[in-house]
Amino acid sequence: MLRDDKDAFWSKKLEQIVERRAKNGKLFSKEAIENVRKQVKEWERSIYYPWIKENPEIKKVFQTASGINLKPVYTPSDISNIDYENLGMPGSFPYVRGIYPSMYRGKLWTMRMFSGYGTPEDTNRRLKLLLEHGETGLSIAFDMPTLYGYDCDHPKAHGEVGRCGVNVSSLKDMEIIFDGIPLDKVSTSMTINAPAAVLTCMYAAVAKKRGIPISQLRGTVQADILKEYIAQKEWIYPPEAHLRIIRDMMVFCTKNMPKWNYISISGYHIREAGSSAIQELAFTLADGFAYVELGLEAGLKVDEFAPRLSFFFNSTMDFFEEIAKFRAARRIWATVMKERYGAKDKRSLLLRFHTQTSGASLTWQQPLNNIIRTTIEALAAVLGGTQSLHTNSYDEAWALPTEKAVQVALRTQQIIAEETGVASVIDPLGGSYYVEWLTDQMEEEAFKYFDKIESMGGVLKAIEKGYLQREIAENAYRLSRRVESGEDVIVGVNKYKVEEKKPIETLRIDFKAQRMQVRRLRQVRKERDKSKVEESLRRLEKAFEDDSKNCIYPMMEAVMNYATLGEIVDVGRKVFGEWKEPLLI
Amino acid sequence: MKERRIRILVAKPGLDGHDRGALVLARAFRDAGMEVIYSGLLPSPEQVAKMAIEEDVDVVALSLLNGAHMTAFPKVKRLLEKMGGKDIVVVGGGIIPEEDKKKLLKMGITGLFGPGSSLEEIIEHIKERVRKERWKE
Repeated sequence: MLRDDKDAFWSKKLEQIVERRAKNGKLFSKEAIENVRKQVKEWERSIYYPWIKENPEIKKVFQTASGINLKPVYTPSDISNIDYENLGMPGSFPYVRGIYPSMYRGKLWTMRMFSGYGTPEDTNRRLKLLLEHGETGLSIAFDMPTLYGYDCDHPKAHGEVGRCGVNVSSLKDMEIIFDGIPLDKVSTSMTINAPAAVLTCMYAAVAKKRGIPISQLRGTVQADILKEYIAQKEWIYPPEAHLRIIRDMMVFCTKNMPKWNYISISGYHIREAGSSAIQELAFTLADGFAYVELGLEAGLKVDEFAPRLSFFFNSTMDFFEEIAKFRAARRIWATVMKERYGAKDKRSLLLRFHTQTSGASLTWQQPLNNIIRTTIEALAAVLGGTQSLHTNSYDEAWALPTEKAVQVALRTQQIIAEETGVASVIDPLGGSYYVEWLTDQMEEEAFKYFDKIESMGGVLKAIEKGYLQREIAENAYRLSRRVESGEDVIVGVNKYKVEEKKPIETLRIDFKAQRMQVRRLRQVRKERDKSKVEESLRRLEKAFEDDSKNCIYPMMEAVMNYATLGEIVDVGRKVFGEWKEPLLI
Repeated sequence: MKERRIRILVAKPGLDGHDRGALVLARAFRDAGMEVIYSGLLPSPEQVAKMAIEEDVDVVALSLLNGAHMTAFPKVKRLLEKMGGKDIVVVGGGIIPEEDKKKLLKMGITGLFGPGSSLEEIIEHIKERVRKERWKE
């Protein structure tokens, strides 16, 4: 969806889907369905309508959070089109029921709690503690200056260092974060986007300096720049420049770091920015297809790199719509990878995803209610077949979470996993008339968006025109007005309100990290070989200027010579310039 | 004489890309009949103040969610005063602790709306402050 050629794939596909849905599937006989239709009509006429005339319903129209109109009840006649081939058994095409043959019966989802704060030393201590408790999957959050590619002593970093994640200004900081941690044994997820290539180089450099082959490194960087323009807005350069760096990283990693997941295609932030479930599904997968095309354009074969792509979704309050979204996502990805991109390797067809419960659904009012919200969202993710899950803490509408709140969040997952029995049967909602119908609806709506995006010239054009951003902002406004009018209820916010005085204890962060980081950065600048730094930055500049070069090699060299994050990112700022967002209001 | 429509600058200073609230407010202000100017992302306090003066706005509405309100909000206010915009109404929103609210109110930065505030409440507050400011003239 990056390129601008129109073979009408999406509109043809959409036609197919609509056609398929109009037909009777092999699962249901024509007579049986006719019979059900008759029963439904009869029920409506003689039972349901008379009943609601006497006992009016709470609302005139019932809709999902995305705005799909709902019937009062679903029957086989709503999914009479279903062929079981369109669902597939667990671990077989098109993977609607799950990507692995035994799902949680074999291995529970990974409970991956995202953390990171303060100085590299603080984070190193936290990681070691987690490892002692048997964790092998680390997940690191960075602070704003790191995310935007500024060193800790840049004026824009003032007041921000170590606040919402750990600060990294040079290789030295990464050496400290991973001190004493066996990089050849753990897998590390780093939530970093615009400067993801630099952080990947730093991680690799730590391994190199310790004599660990980088081919053994396992982990993930988010590196999904498209969703930054669409939603989270933490970019540095114009889109083409970032995409070019990602392209180089795909090529570099395919060759040198085959176990490294260099993109985690993220719908999470799209949803948090105010999109609907349909938009999250459609825009995220459209981004995914754009990255596939980027890899193909770089000369890679689809099965060489597609197995390394993974996804990251949101789970929020409309329970069944969320489950349908996850199920539809798997079918779309598998089908399009096979039909459009000719993927042969089974692993290229699997949509593996991490889920985080919704931060935006948490309320500042009556914060303990957030435990319940997170539980419901987590359950939807599990019933939707997630591979890993982060559950938010109840105090996160107030501040970064306290340890106590994080523990409750983790326990939420453990209770779902070990007390409820929901993990015993694969895709337990499969076959639900409502959930199957909704899964089809989500798929169809997503294809409408794919077709629309392609008619605009692809994702990049849609971003440059501000279309995707405005779609999200309009939906966010629609949701706000629905809350304002009371159409949508948020308990404790627009209904069941109480007066309350600071109901919970929250975490406070001091300025110590900033002072310590600035002191260390000065030390690094003093001790390094200045001429080597300058030389490698010059080489990087040349590579940035020449699109036919792979810029990861000189970037790695600059990192190894202790060029700082800010210095490396600044070379790009000089060559590529900065990005001005289109008008969004 | 017909009163001039309220001109309002919605601004998000600081390293913070979370613009959902700002964009929703911009739409709500527009639908409430105001002329809305949006700062775009990551402007410095200097750029916000300059934009406010150049665009000749009545109101600057500041939104910040990264906890840096105690540096960014007062700075915008001071710069506005220095640049001859003493009469420009400054309102703010975000996750602002009580003790910070008191200090900001003293500087004349009002509203200080937190999560879950209603759009109507915010719009009313702005209209009221502009009315008072114009009445002074």
